[in-house]
Amino acid sequence: MKIDAIKNGIVIDHIDAGKGRKVYELLGLENLDCTVALFKNLPSKKSGKKDVIKIDADIELNFEVLGYIAPEATVNVICDQVIKQKIRPEPPKYLKNVIKCKNPRCITTVEQGIDQIFKLTENGVYRCIYCENSVNK
Amino acid sequence: MKNLLSITDFSVAEIDELLEVASDISVNGEKYAEKCKNKILATLFFEPSTRTRLSFESAMLSLGGKTLGFSDANSSSSSKGESVSDTIRVVSCYSDIIAMRHPKEGAPLVASMSSTVPIINAGDGGHNHPTQTLTDLLTIKTEKGKLDDFVIGFCGDLKFGRTVHSLIDALAMRKGIKVVLISPEELKVPDYVKTDVMDKHGMEYEETTDLEKALPKLDVLYMTRVQQERFFSEDEYLRLRDSYILTLDKLQNAKKDMSILHPLPRVNEISVDVDKDPRACYFKQVQNGKYVRMALIMKLLGVK
Repeated sequence: MKIDAIKNGIVIDHIDAGKGRKVYELLGLENLDCTVALFKNLPSKKSGKKDVIKIDADIELNFEVLGYIAPEATVNVICDQVIKQKIRPEPPKYLKNVIKCKNPRCITTVEQGIDQIFKLTENGVYRCIYCENSVNK
Repeated sequence: MKNLLSITDFSVAEIDELLEVASDISVNGEKYAEKCKNKILATLFFEPSTRTRLSFESAMLSLGGKTLGFSDANSSSSSKGESVSDTIRVVSCYSDIIAMRHPKEGAPLVASMSSTVPIINAGDGGHNHPTQTLTDLLTIKTEKGKLDDFVIGFCGDLKFGRTVHSLIDALAMRKGIKVVLISPEELKVPDYVKTDVMDKHGMEYEETTDLEKALPKLDVLYMTRVQQERFFSEDEYLRLRDSYILTLDKLQNAKKDMSILHPLPRVNEISVDVDKDPRACYFKQVQNGKYVRMALIMKLLGVK
């Protein structure tokens, strides 16, 4: 498959195969006007298969969201068809209003106007700060 | 402003200090009779719990304070759809401290975000019940004279039993405590309690399904109720309910100075005959519950 290079924009590379769609959704890329391409199951020397997202515009990425959902990814910022910067997203300590707690007994299921906040624990697991239920990505 | 939402909100030193005060209250109650004069405790029970509510009210009255509140959500504005935040904001104007129980997990944290007075978590769903843990700690300390270097067995529903999880949290901060987890396979302690608490603190523990085999090695036995409301099927509940019943017969193999604790209410997991055994401490626990709540109210109100 031939993938055209982009002139100015962002390539999110090395996303674990199968996670690309989730990254696309959580980053809200469906709201962009520019060309966005999601590639699934591209061959990867490192992991066999990978997903890649190409965004044909220099947008502000939400690195917190990316660090949560795909900390393994590499973000390449492209300027004039040259990689100007490579960034590895870090898992954020807190996630605010990115995901919802799925525990039916959690106060967030009934209380209006409450922020959905998750905290990264020492074991690398995100837990709801209210009920401490863990997140299964 | 300090709250008590989870037992881990307090350091070991703070808990020890609080237990010291509670011990002193138990022998010198009259000294504390006016410590909270002119102070008001609101008991907001969005879910009924007569025992815990009365314990808080008795504690405040014994400190010379007053109480107000409601004992189930139907008699509060929450039945009209009012949020926890709004209820707390309003009640903060009427009281100096709030003890609340709520069926939703994390409700006390939400309350603390909008409160102008200290919040005490009196139980939030299957999540936390820190004043029960303080009660348990005071009982163990009173009976054993220490809070380190002993073997404690937890028996019954270790999966849903929040009092078990909170007490393990508190004991993990102490030295030389070994835990024996006694439960049917279906009600084993959740993995996160093992990884995030016991493994993290290097706490020694073992799991077994055999109460009788475990009994001889225990210094403390913490029994729990298998709660019907946690089950979807009545058959499953009935099958597991009778799994671990403590009787005088079984106690013959236990140490003569073992202490038997239970957060109460019990169903049938401790035979009534055991009540007469000097090792039974569960009614002493109820009395201790009042003393620690008195000490806690004073601490959070900054009363010396």
